[in-house]
Amino acid sequence: MILKQISVFVENRYGAIRDITKILADAGINIRALSVADTTDFGVVRMIVDKRKPALKALRENGMTVKETDVIALVSDDRPGSLYKALCLLAENEILVEYSYGFVSPMGDDAIIILKCDDMQKALSCLTESGFKLLTAEDVKF
Amino acid sequence: MPREELIKLQSERLCAMVKRIYEKVPFYKEKFDELGLKPEDIRSIDDIAKLPFTNKQDLRDNYPFGLFAVPMDEVVRIHASSGTTGKQTVVGYTRNDLALWGEVMARTLGAGGVTSSDIGHISYGYGLFTGGMGGNLGSETVGCATIPASTGNTRRQVTILQDFKPTFILMTPSYALTIAEYLEQNGIPAETLSLKCGFFGAEPWTEEMRGEIQQRLGIKAYDIYGLSEVIGPGVAYECECQNGLHVNEDHFYIEIIDPETLQPVPDGTEGEIVFTCMTKEALPLLRYRTHDIGMRMQGACSCGRTFVRLAKPSGRTDDMLIIRGVNVFPSQIESVLMNMEGIAPFFQMIVEREGNLDKLTVLVELTEEAFTDEVRKLESITKCVTENIHSVLGISAKVKLVEPRSIERFEGKAKRVIDKRKQISF
Repeated sequence: MILKQISVFVENRYGAIRDITKILADAGINIRALSVADTTDFGVVRMIVDKRKPALKALRENGMTVKETDVIALVSDDRPGSLYKALCLLAENEILVEYSYGFVSPMGDDAIIILKCDDMQKALSCLTESGFKLLTAEDVKF
Repeated sequence: MPREELIKLQSERLCAMVKRIYEKVPFYKEKFDELGLKPEDIRSIDDIAKLPFTNKQDLRDNYPFGLFAVPMDEVVRIHASSGTTGKQTVVGYTRNDLALWGEVMARTLGAGGVTSSDIGHISYGYGLFTGGMGGNLGSETVGCATIPASTGNTRRQVTILQDFKPTFILMTPSYALTIAEYLEQNGIPAETLSLKCGFFGAEPWTEEMRGEIQQRLGIKAYDIYGLSEVIGPGVAYECECQNGLHVNEDHFYIEIIDPETLQPVPDGTEGEIVFTCMTKEALPLLRYRTHDIGMRMQGACSCGRTFVRLAKPSGRTDDMLIIRGVNVFPSQIESVLMNMEGIAPFFQMIVEREGNLDKLTVLVELTEEAFTDEVRKLESITKCVTENIHSVLGISAKVKLVEPRSIERFEGKAKRVIDKRKQISF
């Protein structure tokens, strides 16, 4: 239940993210979640999209530097303290969260938290064993 | 020598050289044949423009000895360029070539007033670089007691200056300032030394720098010009007038061309300096493109010498940059990048001036393979490139990762340098 995230390298320049969204729009691809990591000189745009393969193809054809990264999409109750429980579990198991971003699910009352951890397999098993619900690629294809 | 006689001599020497080179160097024979040119077509120095050009790349393509016009048996000395760009360019000398080198270097020193009673301190590098050995040869040819001090160890250099009492020095102009600084810091007045004059070359320098060296060391500072492909130091030299460098025209024919059209430009106009060796045996190059920008000065020099004067070279037509006094070829950056994983050999150098300091920014294209979602890893690539550039160039640069294919390609190649400083360019 590892989810594939698309990461795109961008320079810090006007319209960098716009260019990415145009390519995806033209290819009829829906961005389900988006986050941008920034440094002084460049950024990394991270996305979960509905149609991953066509998205990769479109981005590459348009000269973008793209990489797929394994992430976990944790389904969490959209109420105070629910993310805390999941993160306690990861901390207790000495799993580092490298980055995370969240969005509210359009499916209902859930919030979706994207997690990138140092040990993805360990994170995955900890979370599933403790009954946390994780999204699959199928789940984001709506 | 009156100009008419000189021109006659040049014509004779060029014709003989062309004939010899056609017979001895397959590379030139091929070039002549391609152009449908026969050695007999060259009847005087005025026909020189019919001859093909020689480029540094031709030397590299024929590495190491392919352009030599004599069997190795007759070669007695090998030198090579510092090898900053790709393969080294290798040059060879016969016994007669060394005598010639000694003579042109002796003229250089003589023009600065050096006689056999002087003592010479040679502080250019000895080794494959032509500076040390060339200076040494000239000094010995004049008959001077010659000190092969070579480079580095400023304290030892100063001790030699104090104890051996040399009367003239040969070194780079920037090292002369290092010496001056050392003397000042250690409370050694320059007038306690025996120096009268110095011959400075191997790097471009300004009139302001001359003023500073002359004042701080209390000597006359002469500019010298040369390049290993022609002979080394001794190609052109300044006289007491310090107004332009007399070219040893009886051996090295100088042309100034427009680097775009390759046509000669009139005297008094800047262009690329091109040399033809008319007397060398081992490696006589025809119309060698130096990529240095210079100008043939008009009118006679008040010293009475009839050799044409070359105005202080003022820049380069190729991509060599001088950043904070350091010669930088974009290919050096390229080789750093080629040896590193994760980045494409496409890059762009941006040179700016902030205050009095040159600032170099290197834009580096990330490869798709090296791109990682982890910002830390990307930052470590940047850091690694920065460190490697520093260790190769000796100067620090700001490295910026850019998107693949984002650097403008120019005829299939990247346009590698954007120099925002004010300087002469073509």
